[in-house]
This record gives sequence, C-alpha cells and structure tokens, in this order.
Amino acid sequence: MSKSAILSSSIAKKYWMAVTGLFLCLFLVGHLLGNLQLVMKTGEEGRRAFNEYAYFMSHNIFIKVLSYATYISILFHAVDGIMLTLQNKKARPVNYVYNNPSANSSGAARKMAVLGTAILVFIVIHMANFWWKMKYSSEPMPIHTYVVSSTDQTGQSKTDTLYYTHTPSLQPVPTNPMIVVKNGTELYFKDVNVKVGDTYKDLHKIVMSFFGKSINGAPTNQYALFAVILYVLSMAILSFHLMHGFSSAFQSLGLNHKKYTPSIKLFGKIFAIVVPAAFAIIPVLIFLSK
Amino acid sequence: MASKFINISLKVWRQKNANAKGAIETYKLDHVSTDSSFLEMMDQLNEQLINERKEPIAFDHDCREGICGSCSMYINGRAHGPETGTTTCQLHMRSFKDGDTVYVEPWRAKAFPVIKDLVVDRSAFDRIQQAGGFVSVNTSGRTMDANAIPIPKDDADKAFEAAACIGCGACVATCKNSSAMLFVGAKVSQYALLPQGKVEAKDRVLNMVRQMDEEGFGNCTNTGACEVECPKGISLENIARMNREFLKAALSAE
Ligand code: HEM
Ligand code: SF4
Ligand code: FES
Repeated sequence: MSKSAILSSSIAKKYWMAVTGLFLCLFLVGHLLGNLQLVMKTGEEGRRAFNEYAYFMSHNIFIKVLSYATYISILFHAVDGIMLTLQNKKARPVNYVYNNPSANSSGAARKMAVLGTAILVFIVIHMANFWWKMKYSSEPMPIHTYVVSSTDQTGQSKTDTLYYTHTPSLQPVPTNPMIVVKNGTELYFKDVNVKVGDTYKDLHKIVMSFFGKSINGAPTNQYALFAVILYVLSMAILSFHLMHGFSSAFQSLGLNHKKYTPSIKLFGKIFAIVVPAAFAIIPVLIFLSK
Repeated sequence: MASKFINISLKVWRQKNANAKGAIETYKLDHVSTDSSFLEMMDQLNEQLINERKEPIAFDHDCREGICGSCSMYINGRAHGPETGTTTCQLHMRSFKDGDTVYVEPWRAKAFPVIKDLVVDRSAFDRIQQAGGFVSVNTSGRTMDANAIPIPKDDADKAFEAAACIGCGACVATCKNSSAMLFVGAKVSQYALLPQGKVEAKDRVLNMVRQMDEEGFGNCTNTGACEVECPKGISLENIARMNREFLKAALSAE
C-alpha cells in the first residue's frame, strides 16, 4: 500500500511536482549567478571570468552530480506534469457550455501545463544553442586566446597571441604551429607529444556572437535579434509559471500556515519577477552593446 | 423594500437520462420577483413548462436553507451562481438584472455523471466518506463522555470549520481538474484535529485518498478556485493538512 501510494497517488504526484519544481528554482538561481558574469565584468576580464566559470561547471564532480539531478528533475517534472494534466482532462469529459473561471482563479494557475510545455520547448532550443555545441558539436570549439603587446630589448613593440591557460606553473603558451590542441582543450608540442598546458573553450565568444556582439571582428549570428526576442519571451513565460508555481509548491508539500504563507506568497511573486527578468536582461545588454 | 419584477431568459441543460445526449434549451420567464430564491424561480419556470404540457426540469434540492448541499447548479459559469458563500437555494434573483440571460448547467465531472437534466450522481462522495470518514466508537453503553477529553480551543475551532463542509460538490464542479481535494481535505482534517479521530488517522487518509483517486476525480493544482466558490468557506489549509497527513501515513504505513 505505502509503496504504491508514494508513487502513484494523486497527492504523491503533487509532492514530486513540488520537490522537482523547487529544486529547479534553486537551479535557476545558480545558473543566473553564473550567467551574470557575462555582463558584470566587461572586456577580457569578463571573458576570463565566464570561461573559467564554464570550465569549473563542466569539471567539478559536485556540479556534475547537481547537473544530473537537474536533468532528471526537468524530465520527471515534465513527464509528471503532462501525465497529471492528461488525467485532469479525463476527469471532466464534458465541459461547461458557459464557464467563467477568471472569477475565482488566476490565468497563470490554470495554464501551468501550457506554460510548462513552452518552457520545455525553450529548454530544448537553449540546450541546442549552447550545451550541445559545447559538448558534442563536430565543429571545433573556439579556444580562448588573447593578445599581449610588449616592447622587447631593442625598443620595438610586438604583439603575441597567447592561449589563456590554467596551469599557472608553466610559461605563457603562444599560438604557433608548434602547439596543437588535443581533446578540446589540452595543449601539446606538436611532434614530441608533451603536454604544455590546459586552455579554455571560448564559450564566452559563442554566447556573445549568438546574441549579436562581435569579439575581435568574429562573425555574429545574423538572427541575433530574433534570438534575443525568443529568450526574453521565454523568460516572460517562466515568470508566469513561477508566479503560481513557487508558492503552490509549498501548499503541495503541506506547508500552509497563517503566519508564514503570506511571506512565502510575497517572496514567490518577487522571485518570479526578479529571476526571469535578470536572465532576460543579459541577452538584451549583450545585443545593445555591440 | 418593495419587490421588483424582472424578465429573464434561461439557457438550461436538458438531458433525458444518463445515456442520452443533452443540449442547452432556451426559455423565457417573465415576472420573476427579485425577492424569490433561485430555486423558487426554477419552480416558477417548471410551472410554466407544466402548463405548456412540457417536461419540467429535474433538479436536486432538499433543505432550501444552505445545509444539505443538494442544490447543485452551475449558474452563469460559476458553481452556485455569482455570489460567494452561498448555495443555489440561498441565491436570490436580486443578483440578476432585467433582461439577463442565465445559463444553468449540471456539475461537470466524470465522477459526477448526469442522471437527468441538472441532477448528478454524487454518490462518489458517499463512497469516499465510507472509506474512512468516521470514528469507530465502541457503543457498548460505557463510552466516555466526549467532553471528558480536553481539546485545545484552536483545534476544536478548526475541526468545526472543516466539519462545516456540506458535501455539495461545488469544489469539484468549479475546479478545472474536477479535483475533490477540498472536500476530502475537509473530511480528513475534521477528524485529524481531534483526539478521537487521531486513533484511525493513518488508515483514514490513505483509504479516503485511494477512494478519491479510484472515483476518477482529478489532481489538485492549487488554483484556489474551490476555496473561492465553497459555500461554507472551507480553507485550502485543509488540503495542506491532508497532504501532511498523507505523507506521514504513507511513509509509516506497512
Ligand atoms: C526551469 C523550469 C521550471 C521550473 C523552475 C518549474 C517550477 C514549478 C513549480 C515550483 C511548480 C509548482 C509545483 C506544485 O504546485 O506543487 C510547477 C508546476 C508545474 N510545472 Fe513546472 N517548472 C519548470 C518547468 C516545467 C516544464 C518544462 C514543464 C513541462 C511540461 C512544467 C510543467 C508544470 C506543470 C504542469 C505544473 C502544475 C502541476 C501541479 O501544480 O501539480 N514545468 N513548476
Ligand atoms: S468543501 Fe465546500 S464546496 Fe466542497 S463539498 Fe464541502 S462545502 Fe461543498
Ligand atoms: S437545497 Fe439544501 S443546500 Fe441548497
């Protein structure tokens, strides 16, 4: 009894929706803090901060565990949500001829499944835009290199293009035909197979050009304006989903209390506005700064 | 206050029996006193239909004072009509204006099938209640006086508020998911809050929720519509309490 109850009963399904939904809210906060690196610092400094962050995210075991928890949560939340919605449709085979639901409930609350499905579509597009490119694309990823100017002993100024590396004990590694990149980011001497350092994938450049800002004259996405609009609209949809979802999750978990519920509702509304708005402003700022 | 009279047009769901295909029929009804209740207006319409040698409209009603919960009508897109905190029998025609068109439909839910016209079968609620909505007391003649058990005033008040549920089904009718969680939440809470009910609390919540699911009610998504339309002001807190009780019980049941 207890085993099937905890998996299949209507209340258990609500618990799962709430737990995965709140976990995804935490994920949003983490993801946002990382993304803000794109606009908090500018120039080479911002680029380094973001690429270091991206490297950390893909090489830390703790983050790896969290990321799998996130994938599972999204899948579970989406599948459970769609199942719930289909069951709920079945629970009313004949509809009212005349209905006035806005008299007693908010549109966001009634449209959770449509909003959620739109978010799912966005997540797929978003992962194809960046995550897939970073991990699996057959095109080689751009590598983070930077230019330094210096004056040598004879007083002549010269410029060098260096790999941005994170093996501090080694000398700066210049980009020249002697050095080859293996396994995406590892730098080797061409013929002797000796590793000289690790560099970074330049995800920063991919993001910037995707939203229409050219770095060092690199070509940009010709549909950047369309991309910015799509991302901003998707965040508006997320905002509506959270406007109902955040406080709803607490009710699902059985946390309804005269003392705390008003604050949870208020916090949920603020969260639902601030977090998606902060996400949305990033592509807009990038687009406008070109 | 002098009574006023209005002329209205009614669009009523007519359905011969459970298997027939129903449809909306339009009726004109003149000279309706604004002092009459909605059910009295329906009586007036039925008299008119009988005089015209037509089949009167079947609808459920009993106490006509807001306590039996049988007067289920979905009026102008809302359970029990435009006012909050009222049953259909307590709704008065002064809530309508001269020339209004008024839609009257039965509750819509798979678990509440239409029997005829506006009458639905709400026995699913009875079966949920029978699954656990009771306290098994020993009636050997030596039962303890209920007042001998001290109960905190707060708990007694909350149990009483939950017990005010009249099983009318407005919560199901208005919920976009046809969920019965406000009803079941009220019934579970009413006992869970009292010492007499705590003894069987675990089985009660598991059995009542299982019966609720088996009857084909939908899943709650916390839209809050039920709380707004409930004629007895049953609070969503009761659903949260049921969810807590359910988790406790499901995790510890063997
Ligand atoms: C970052 C993405 C998302 C976040 C942060 C999120 C968050 C939430 C939260 C907190 C809830 C309230 C849970 C409750 O009431 O117990 C919820 C409900 C819901 N979500 Fe999501 N969600 C996300 C994506 C999705 C996706 C991709 C779908 C896909 C179909 C979806 C479908 C739903 C549905 C149908 C509900 C209502 C279910 C119910 O109230 O029982 N959501 N979401
Ligand atoms: S909870 Fe309210 S609306 Fe639902 S059955 Fe009880 S009294 Fe009627
Ligand atoms: S007839 Fe009893 S509540 Fe309306």
